[in-house]
Amino acid sequence: MAIYALKRLGIAILVALTVSLLTFSMNYLSGDPAITIAGEGASIEDIENVRRYYGFDRPIIVQYWDWFTNAIQGDLGRSFNLRQPVAEVIFNHLPTTMLLGACAISFGLTLAIPLGVLAAVKPNSIFDRAALTLAVVGQAMPTFWFGLTLILVFGVMLRWLPITGQDSWWNFVMPAVALGYNVAPAVMRLTRAGMLEVLASDYIRTARAKGLRPMKVLFKHALRNAVIPVVALAAVQFGFMLGGSIVIETIFQINGLGYLAWESIQRKDLPMMQAIVLILAIIYVVITFLADMLNAFLDPRIRVT
Amino acid sequence: MAETTITRTTLARAGVQTAEEILAPSPGTMMRRRIFGHYGLMIGAFILLVIIFMALFANVISPHDAYDQQLGRKLIPPIWHNSPKATWVHPLGTDHLGRDYLTRLYHGARVSLLIGFSAMIISGLIGTILGVLAGYFGGRVDMVVNFLITTRLSMPVILVALAVVSIVGSSLTVVIWVLGLLIWDRFAVVMRSATQQVRSLEFVTAAEALGCSHLRILLTEIAPNVMNHLIVVATLEMAHAILLEAALSFLGLGVQPPTPSWGLMISEAKGLMYFDPWLIAIPGTALFMLVLSINLVGDGLRDVTAPENRS
Repeated sequence: MAIYALKRLGIAILVALTVSLLTFSMNYLSGDPAITIAGEGASIEDIENVRRYYGFDRPIIVQYWDWFTNAIQGDLGRSFNLRQPVAEVIFNHLPTTMLLGACAISFGLTLAIPLGVLAAVKPNSIFDRAALTLAVVGQAMPTFWFGLTLILVFGVMLRWLPITGQDSWWNFVMPAVALGYNVAPAVMRLTRAGMLEVLASDYIRTARAKGLRPMKVLFKHALRNAVIPVVALAAVQFGFMLGGSIVIETIFQINGLGYLAWESIQRKDLPMMQAIVLILAIIYVVITFLADMLNAFLDPRIRVT
Repeated sequence: MAETTITRTTLARAGVQTAEEILAPSPGTMMRRRIFGHYGLMIGAFILLVIIFMALFANVISPHDAYDQQLGRKLIPPIWHNSPKATWVHPLGTDHLGRDYLTRLYHGARVSLLIGFSAMIISGLIGTILGVLAGYFGGRVDMVVNFLITTRLSMPVILVALAVVSIVGSSLTVVIWVLGLLIWDRFAVVMRSATQQVRSLEFVTAAEALGCSHLRILLTEIAPNVMNHLIVVATLEMAHAILLEAALSFLGLGVQPPTPSWGLMISEAKGLMYFDPWLIAIPGTALFMLVLSINLVGDGLRDVTAPENRS
């Protein structure tokens, strides 16, 4: 277990380093960062001043090393636009997005796992068909359009839920649904496949033969083993969700990390953009690492390979 | 003299076909039956063909120009609205600048299909090469490819795409390349495991024993056997690229106005959606139908070409 954990940790750190290099290189995507920052119609002198002020006149390796060592110490630079330390702004916005992500993934899982179990218990039944249809439809629905439709139906026509903002729990209902339904198809399919496999296994037959109640067999013996792969998938999906929440947060005007990213992209606020990408990548790396550890704990077979 | 009874086995041993064997459908007929008997595949293919037809003949089937703005006829509701303004001249109405909505829908299909297809080809090339190499050679190559996949997965797609497009400047080509370079992960993952499976089969070992080169084994032994996986991922990723383009255009960093794109049409109508909800319902439905049809075709092809069906 310890060797497996160390190996995975090594890869995780290497991934984080590579991502930091990639996000740093965003500076040079447009060719010259000084010209990008100075904006249109800047004189050559202005551009030179900007170049010297932000240190773009130094060798690239030195720039990266500086940025990297500062980043490790929690200094991700100052926002061009907000004139504040980037790290501080991001950590003020992060909890909202985490909360939204948690609500969304909870919604997705509570929708998908029971459906997957139901579909697997009676394969090719009407439940199975309905669940699969729902999965196909869910996969094809554009998130932003689904969000707008929810606003229109439940916010404007029925007036059940608030449209924008983040003052109460009710504000998070529609965004969480719009963000979370996306996870449901994949989780549903995986739960169904896992349950089908487990239900056909010998120990389930034994449990049934012993005369255990069907519900106990289903939930205590079968589901426990069938959801192991779902843990890893849910972790990956949660990571994707934090990135995908940019669309939902702009639609519902929730002032989280996604909205911040959207603003900084519009204003070409490079340090902010880089820091958000880097932090989301690191969160993803940490979450998947934890999920792998949890998986290895739940399923000893993984530790061996 | 013992009476010999003619059984199926004696016939088969003599190489004589029974009536059922002669009348049994050929593999080609079986395949055709499976394809035409698969409702999902048929429905998906039908919708997809209609949308491709709309895209190809946009100029022929519509009497209007997609860019022709006439403020005098703006926001005409679609024909099913009980409004005196609704007219068959503009069956789906007009947008806030008086452009015919149906014509813009046709042209939007072009943008979606073009971006979806091109991005799928680029990402397919990258992902397939990486995945097949990792699955075939294993060892260090596999480790490197796995590392690349993990790194790619850790970068949030929409965010990176938006950031890159905003820095580089947005155009159709930029959107295609950015999406193509970002969404190769699923190709790599699926092709890697598919190649690993085929790699361990006897005929590959036989080819190796005969002294075939790696390239020859890859092309003549591996490629035909991983093709069905490739086709399924290709459809899924095309749908993925189309959804991403729509999201990018919706956020204003994809296709630029006045080019008609379904995501952009929804974005332009966002402010008016409380008064004229059809403005977002129509392009949204079109987007949904296109992605749904591509997914149905992909799922259908997987069912039809799955090896366990092949006997």
